[in-house]
Amino acid sequence: MSGHVVPVKTYVLVFLALMVLTGLTTGVAFIDLHAWNTPAALAIAVVKMLLVVLFFMHVKYSPKLTKMVVVAGFFFLSLLVAFTLADELTRNWSPRALDWSTAASVTHSPR
Amino acid sequence: MADMAAHNAHHGQHDAFQHQFEDMEQQRDAGTFGMWVFLAQEIMFFGGIFGAYIVYRVLFHDAFEIGSNLLNVRFGAINTIVLIASSLTMAMAIHSAQAGKKGKTQVMYLLLTVLLGVIFLTLKFSFEWRTDYHEHLIPGFGFVIRNAWGGAGIHVPLFFCFYFFMTGLHALHMIIGIPIILVIAVMAWRNRFDEVYYAPLEMVGLYWHFVDIVWIFLFPLLYLVGGRYLSNGGQ
Repeated sequence: MSGHVVPVKTYVLVFLALMVLTGLTTGVAFIDLHAWNTPAALAIAVVKMLLVVLFFMHVKYSPKLTKMVVVAGFFFLSLLVAFTLADELTRNWSPRALDWSTAASVTHSPR
Repeated sequence: MADMAAHNAHHGQHDAFQHQFEDMEQQRDAGTFGMWVFLAQEIMFFGGIFGAYIVYRVLFHDAFEIGSNLLNVRFGAINTIVLIASSLTMAMAIHSAQAGKKGKTQVMYLLLTVLLGVIFLTLKFSFEWRTDYHEHLIPGFGFVIRNAWGGAGIHVPLFFCFYFFMTGLHALHMIIGIPIILVIAVMAWRNRFDEVYYAPLEMVGLYWHFVDIVWIFLFPLLYLVGGRYLSNGGQ
């Protein structure tokens, strides 16, 4: 009758894993991994998030409908970030006027 | 309500059972679904400011590294541990209801959660933000651009705008969450929850864990990815 009861042992293990990962992400920040420091920090954060979502928030034991809403939430967040960056990071790919005053005079001078 | 309870008792149903549902399990699933729809909205709410942070970090990378290095990693790490511990006590409050423990046990775990939340906010406001104020790092409140920051210095206030808005919005969520937990603690004290009905506990738990997840991302983004490994502090 009642929902799935997660054993206390699981909660404690998840908590300990989260503590270890917090220590790990702090330690890794002080080591030079060149371009990999930010990806490493984000990867550890994603693992921590999954632990909280699946066990503390019981999504592992939730109906498919709930799982779908969770995935949809993060999917739309990834769309937001991906399309914003697709704009922001590619603005220099096409040539543009050196400055806006020059661009304006070029556009309007024939008239 | 009294009629409903009598009706439910007559049909061998739980007091808190709402008649539009097939059974208690469907009622619980509907509640969880609704709460996650709200949390999906919260993901987008915080997603907006996270997206803006990513764009400005790309544009003003050096200024963001300088700003990040001015934050105290110790406070950030301690607060991460405090908040994750509060998530554990929140999960235990729900577990004690599911396991059929008395209301007092649930109340104890809820009050522990509130206590840890208050410790987090005290560290954040009374220690971190106060230090930031004395070091002239709050934009709009006597921010001082230091010569040591060089050409990137003019954009360092931008990092601190993100820092204060992101941690401020996160803290606001906790300030809203704490009184809600206290109200539900009163309900738990009155033995309103048992192994069949504990929906309010579960809902406030989902909210609290979500706030925890936001901090799990804020900690590395604000405190850690600032070139900490450089001996001169990334400047």
